[in-house]
Amino acid sequence: MDWSAWTLSLKLAAATTLVLLPLAVLIARPLLTMRASGRLVAEGLIALPLVLPPTVLGFYLLVAFGQQSALGQLYHGLTGRSLVFSFDGLLAASLVFNLPFAVQPVQRALEAIPREVREAAWCCGMTRWQTLWKVELPLAWPGLLTAIVLTFAHTLGEFGVVLMIGGNIPDETRTVSIAIYDHVQAFEDRAAGILSAVLVAFSFASIVLIQFLTHRIGKKEQ
Amino acid sequence: MSTAGLQVQLRQRAPIPLEAELACAPGELLALVGPSGSGKSTLLRCIAGLHSAAEGSIKCNGETWFDAAAAVNHPVQARCIGFVFQSYALFPHLTALENVAAALGGLTFAERTARARELLARVHLDGLESRKPSALSGGQQQRVAVARALARDPAVLLLDEPFSAVDQVTRRKLQQELARLRADLNIPMLLVTHDLDEARMLADRMVILHRGRTLQAGAPDEVMTRPQSAACARLVGLMNLFEGTLVQDSGNLKLEWLGHRLEVSNIAGSAGDRVCWVIPPEGVLLHRRERPSRGEAENPVAGSVQDCLRLGPFTQIRLVPDGGSEPLAFSVPTHVAERNGIAPGAVARVSLLAESIHLMPWESPDDPRLRSA
Repeated sequence: MDWSAWTLSLKLAAATTLVLLPLAVLIARPLLTMRASGRLVAEGLIALPLVLPPTVLGFYLLVAFGQQSALGQLYHGLTGRSLVFSFDGLLAASLVFNLPFAVQPVQRALEAIPREVREAAWCCGMTRWQTLWKVELPLAWPGLLTAIVLTFAHTLGEFGVVLMIGGNIPDETRTVSIAIYDHVQAFEDRAAGILSAVLVAFSFASIVLIQFLTHRIGKKEQ
Repeated sequence: MSTAGLQVQLRQRAPIPLEAELACAPGELLALVGPSGSGKSTLLRCIAGLHSAAEGSIKCNGETWFDAAAAVNHPVQARCIGFVFQSYALFPHLTALENVAAALGGLTFAERTARARELLARVHLDGLESRKPSALSGGQQQRVAVARALARDPAVLLLDEPFSAVDQVTRRKLQQELARLRADLNIPMLLVTHDLDEARMLADRMVILHRGRTLQAGAPDEVMTRPQSAACARLVGLMNLFEGTLVQDSGNLKLEWLGHRLEVSNIAGSAGDRVCWVIPPEGVLLHRRERPSRGEAENPVAGSVQDCLRLGPFTQIRLVPDGGSEPLAFSVPTHVAERNGIAPGAVARVSLLAESIHLMPWESPDDPRLRSA
């Protein structure tokens, strides 16, 4: 088993989930009250990673993060590290391509809360932050959970964008999916098979977990 | 004008037109009555700060909550209102106690819990503090909503059709509880309802709203027996709304209607004026068939019975007066109807009590603005 690839993949998935979840809430919440036209554009941009070929997304991220770009230079100036072919860049790219997987479930869950419940919280004297924290998030937690599982599982499996932005550097950017590709290139079918099987099992378990939780929560709330 | 209580003046064109003006004194329960879409709930939401009208002002106890001209618009949280939503809008993930405690920010945990328990006891929910809303009946949920609305010691209590989601028996009980509860509350209370009986039973005054306009305000009995206009009469569901003309008759002003010259106790205007008039069913007296009846000489009108509907101990009669087409509606005890041979097609005579006839300015009944929803 390729332990360093697993460690890196899990680290990337955990970091992505941790950073993306609060970000998803901050993005999804204003969408509820946004005007229809602005909302359409925003939702389109968020959903874009779902349909773009990973290579296209990877290419643009490479351009945006590169040493010549303003973002790349700023990051280098601040941290002394590069945003391409590094774990940092991989994490940044991972945040972008996971955006729909985290934002959409949170948005659906927030939309499902009746408007009056939110208004009742304001009438109780709660500020918008208190309402989010004490009323909206506790009610939206099935959506948050779905976002966590989807983001985690999807990060483990992403290949194209990771290869474009991170390349194949052991312990830095060589995730499980890259390792599988590597093994196949080197005709190491057995090693590729084991990694693939574990990934399949993990993804399947994630989906089952999401379905189980949503059903159970749905039943309990009625 | 006194600054105590609530003064509201609002105007807007969209999304729902509003042209409303109302005042509610401390301790007064004011009912906002009107058909659906008349802007009752929008008005309540404006007062709460959940919606902002284009023009006007809202003042509570001398404090300006909203003033479009001066760009003052306090957020909901700063208005100190208690709001009972039609759906109650309880927090489903919190227990009854936590729902009430949620409105008690600024206190310590122990203080919040103690106060929330007190409030729940006040609405007779002691013992159910740890239940979630889904484990409470509709009536119990409504009580939690009321307790939560009172938790902040609000300056105004706003009730948006709080009895519409429960069955008849529970409704009566909750209405009685509100009547009892309000005796201890010295704040303005606004009740939105489309139920006239509810308004009559609970409110000190009522305001008739139609298409966002406040048409008439007054004591429920006053509004329902002496409407200011034909539009108000239709909105409060008054039967027996007719048109007539004022005439001079042997030195007295009288109401001419279908060839009759009716005496009216309270008459003002000049001969030739067209008017609308109403008479409550109680003001129509059926004459006995054979024997003379009380007040027989007073505005006698003959007609034929269009239909009679037996409603328990009373029978509702619709009598088409001779020469007219629109029926007069009134009720008599069922045994009286039977004894007098009241049946469809039968001829009957009634008296219209001069005291009960109420005159209003003339309005065309075809005016679409006046047709009730």
